[in-house]
Amino acid sequence: MSLLAVEHADARHGLLHAVRDVSFAVEEGEIFALVGANGAGKTTLLRAIAGAHRLSHGRIVFDGHDLGTERAHRRVRRGITLVPEGRRLFNDLTVEENLSVAGAGARPGYWNRTTVLEAFPMLASHLKQRSGSLSGGQQQAAAIARALMTNPRLLLIDEISLGLSPIAVTQLYESLHTVIAAGATIILVEQDLTRTLRVAKRFVCMLEGRIVLGGDAADVTREQVTAAYFGLRESVPGERER
Amino acid sequence: MIWLNQIVQGILLGGYYALLACGLSFMFGVMRIINLAHGSLAVLAAFLVLTVATQWGLSPFVALLIVIPLMAILGVLLQRGIIERSLRYGELTPLLSTFGLAIVIDNLLFKGYGADTRSLGANIGDLAYASWSIGNLAVGQLSLLTFVLAVALLGGLQLFLQRSRLGRAIRATAQDADTAELVGIDSRAVYAAAAAIALVTVAIAGAFLGLRGTFDPYTGSTQLIFAFEAVVIGGTGSLWGTLLGGIVLGVGQNLGAQVAPQGFLIGGHLVFLTVLAIRLYLSARERGPSRAPRRSAA
Repeated sequence: MSLLAVEHADARHGLLHAVRDVSFAVEEGEIFALVGANGAGKTTLLRAIAGAHRLSHGRIVFDGHDLGTERAHRRVRRGITLVPEGRRLFNDLTVEENLSVAGAGARPGYWNRTTVLEAFPMLASHLKQRSGSLSGGQQQAAAIARALMTNPRLLLIDEISLGLSPIAVTQLYESLHTVIAAGATIILVEQDLTRTLRVAKRFVCMLEGRIVLGGDAADVTREQVTAAYFGLRESVPGERER
Repeated sequence: MIWLNQIVQGILLGGYYALLACGLSFMFGVMRIINLAHGSLAVLAAFLVLTVATQWGLSPFVALLIVIPLMAILGVLLQRGIIERSLRYGELTPLLSTFGLAIVIDNLLFKGYGADTRSLGANIGDLAYASWSIGNLAVGQLSLLTFVLAVALLGGLQLFLQRSRLGRAIRATAQDADTAELVGIDSRAVYAAAAAIALVTVAIAGAFLGLRGTFDPYTGSTQLIFAFEAVVIGGTGSLWGTLLGGIVLGVGQNLGAQVAPQGFLIGGHLVFLTVLAIRLYLSARERGPSRAPRRSAA
């Protein structure tokens, strides 16, 4: 049984039909990538899985439970945690407080203050600092670290490298490899194709709310994904993930 | 000497205003709403303390201990029943709904207790008027108690927000409720807890309103104005600022009364308006000449 199954998901922002009939499944221990251009519906889909956005149709099944309209904080208890787009740290709280606020009442597991700081050593010297005063890369690190404090079984990361310098992104991916090595299941949303396809085992590419291409990251060429990404041609039906 | 006395008495009076404004400041800081029923809720608490104290022949302080949990429950009901519902229709709607609630509370109190002016002063023996002499100054024991309690309450609340687990969750939710949910915080429960805490402070303020003076069913609006002025003078969303704001207001009122017999309220309002004008001027200057609307990221 898959850890997460998204079945015929539809989500709207008012009149905008952001996610259209999306289905895919993620296995335990897998690194799964969700790629696509701006406005393809990736963020809405992630937020729907996390419980921050309501599906208008379809369902999300996690570990055998239909999540229905369960609220986000309950899903965190089940083990789904989202690192939201734009970091969204609690800026007036210190880095340490950001971590402990997420760690309070967390599921038991590998991640705690010590292990999180081992994975993200760049945070160690900034613990007492207001998180709003950190650099972009440090903020992203803090946001992922904060999410890890809940000991997620499924970690959703939205736009990890958005607005960051290449060096910061490289550092973050190094840390992410530590997280992956610890046995995490991750859905990664990225616009940077090359890096994503290197990290992820499987992927789906979204265009205008639909999945237009999907499969094993090793089986596709960058050109194929780029074409699907921008909708340059209709994808071959056989490539479409069900 | 008379001026010094007025300042000292003003500071002590400010302690009461800080006590009164504590809940208003807390609710504004955490839920970003201005609770216009604040004064009426304080008066309600005063009537509850009066009822419990006279019915069972208890000291008002013991009665307050019974009223506190009742007000805490009322806070949860207020949050769930009125504030949360009205927030769905925009951030200004709670102003209307709590204003309506104030009218309802005032008139229910009027129906239940009549128009008589009440006081809890008679129930505490000579504490109501006893004082200590320091040089030529007479410091009222109840005034000093109120002041110390206000400092302790605001300080305790500040410490609670900084150090405790719930306090951190409250601060995180106040900043970004959506994200708080995403890291496992039940934001509705946190808001309900915050409302309960706010009304506990309102209960204490209400009891001291009754202990130090008189109240009737329509006293709430004046109390709301004093609390509001203290919060604005001290800077919205800061608990220590609220203490300072209360003291500034109290001193302003007492100095006003010294200048002219009718100057008590005018003195307070003048201080309030002056501080407000300075704040508006400073924030306009900070924004620069562009006049573009901007919301600070606080």
